[in-house]
Amino acid sequence: MSELKLEAKSFFDYIENGVLVGSRCLNCGHISLPQRYICPKCKSDQAELIEFSGKGKLAAFTVIYVPATEMLAAGYDAKHPYMVGIVALDEGPRISAQIVGMDLSDPQKIMIGTPLKMTSLDRVMGEAQKKVLAFEPAEME
Amino acid sequence: MTGTKLARNVAVVGVGMSKFGVFPEKTSRDLFVEAYRELIGSIENDFAPEDIQAFFMGNFTSDQFEKQGHLAPIVASWIGLSPIASVRIEDACASGGVALHQAILAVASGQYDVVLVGGVEKMTDLPTAEVTNALASAADTLFEIPAGFTFPGLYATMATAYLDRYNADPDALARVAIKNHANGALNDKAQFNQTIQDVMAGKKAKAIKKGTLVPTWENEMEFMQDPKANPMIAWPLRLFDCSPISDGAAALLLVSEDLAPKFTQHPIFVAGVGQASDGALAERNSLTEISSASKAAQQAYEMAGISPEHIDFAEVHDCFTIAEIMASEDIGFFPRGEGWKAALEGKTARTGMHPINTSGGLKSKGHPVGASGIAQVVEIWKQFHGLAGERQLPGELKYALTHNVGGTGQTAVVHIFEQRN
Repeated sequence: MSELKLEAKSFFDYIENGVLVGSRCLNCGHISLPQRYICPKCKSDQAELIEFSGKGKLAAFTVIYVPATEMLAAGYDAKHPYMVGIVALDEGPRISAQIVGMDLSDPQKIMIGTPLKMTSLDRVMGEAQKKVLAFEPAEME
Repeated sequence: MTGTKLARNVAVVGVGMSKFGVFPEKTSRDLFVEAYRELIGSIENDFAPEDIQAFFMGNFTSDQFEKQGHLAPIVASWIGLSPIASVRIEDACASGGVALHQAILAVASGQYDVVLVGGVEKMTDLPTAEVTNALASAADTLFEIPAGFTFPGLYATMATAYLDRYNADPDALARVAIKNHANGALNDKAQFNQTIQDVMAGKKAKAIKKGTLVPTWENEMEFMQDPKANPMIAWPLRLFDCSPISDGAAALLLVSEDLAPKFTQHPIFVAGVGQASDGALAERNSLTEISSASKAAQQAYEMAGISPEHIDFAEVHDCFTIAEIMASEDIGFFPRGEGWKAALEGKTARTGMHPINTSGGLKSKGHPVGASGIAQVVEIWKQFHGLAGERQLPGELKYALTHNVGGTGQTAVVHIFEQRN
């Protein structure tokens, strides 16, 4: 356990490399996402970094027609809406992310429970070009 | 700590609020002066500003909205209260309710006997995109906002989870907006004191005047479902599901129980308080409730020694229509999954079993975020004292509840008030 990096922003360093990480409490085994030193369940401060499979299901979502500033800059607007959701990973925890590759023409038809897999998107954040976490429909196996 | 009583009882002896709306000529301090002057006028008996020993003020982000930090002593000075202790409290949209909580504890502790508590937000100086960015800072700016979430988007996400889980009719959302506009139409302080019918008539009249195609809505639901008149903001929430960007202030005078008769023959008493916190939306066990609000409500009920059926009416945090439906369950008015039916059936209307947001709520009255939690108490005062005009609830009113939420529920604060006869 040399140089365990569980600081909040290190999450994005892993995303740059296409890896979705969290932490597992060494005392009670509780999994946290994003990763953190202190377990919200048993309050232990001993944790290890873990890697998620990146597979999950859509738990809740919205389709946004009036975007936040950075999404406006990315080309989204009322005519070009985008989808954001909360994804329940197969390992249990949930995370917020943009969802791509879905038909947004009638949001009524989007099904909660849709199987998803992790991907990433390039986005300009302030000055820098960064990779942001996203999910897309998983092919049925 | 639940079930404990305050160290001594606390009374509200005067209230005031500014008009809510868009006031380009007014700053935070001007809005607060308006609320404070009304408060002074509401005190029946003796009052001298020198009586006030401390000032607690809810304000989310004057730093961003007006580029003015350190607002509490500035406002205190502006109303002549320097050098009393002046504290600004920030918990996003719950700033007002949390300031009230802290002010109650300050009086209950015995440290102060007379405390001014207020809330203010001056939001409309900035362009809408910058207001949206400022509000977004109440969410998790590392893990929610970069995903593309907006504030309406976060509540919309709770809405899809709720509608799916309970197989609920989305018309219930529109019904909340229609009801709150009907109530707000009877409140001269409201930003939108228009019913949805008034809004429709206005749009028709405008079309006739301009010689454009006159809309053919037969009823309010047709208007609410018209993508031109009521555009989608974040599925399934449309424009009329969202509270507006507002300027406004509200203020209360709190005193210890033994001092109340000096100020008024008709104080209202704090019967219960509760507050809780939570993590970002994705980290919670449930997306279909705001569990911090349930916990805060439970604490307040335990302190008051009463249960939801004793509450005559409530002012809840309807920043979005779905929020009112979840709130009606979180405060125990209805079982889980039943709030949407209650909204459809009119149970939360003024004439219903459990009136909610007789003031018009945040939706229609306006939502100057730091002021909202305080302005809710202004409505409780008015209803208790028979001062609510055409929106006055009938019969004897004994208990009322206020429910104020910060962000998507990272903070929730609940107060129960009692009128003794």
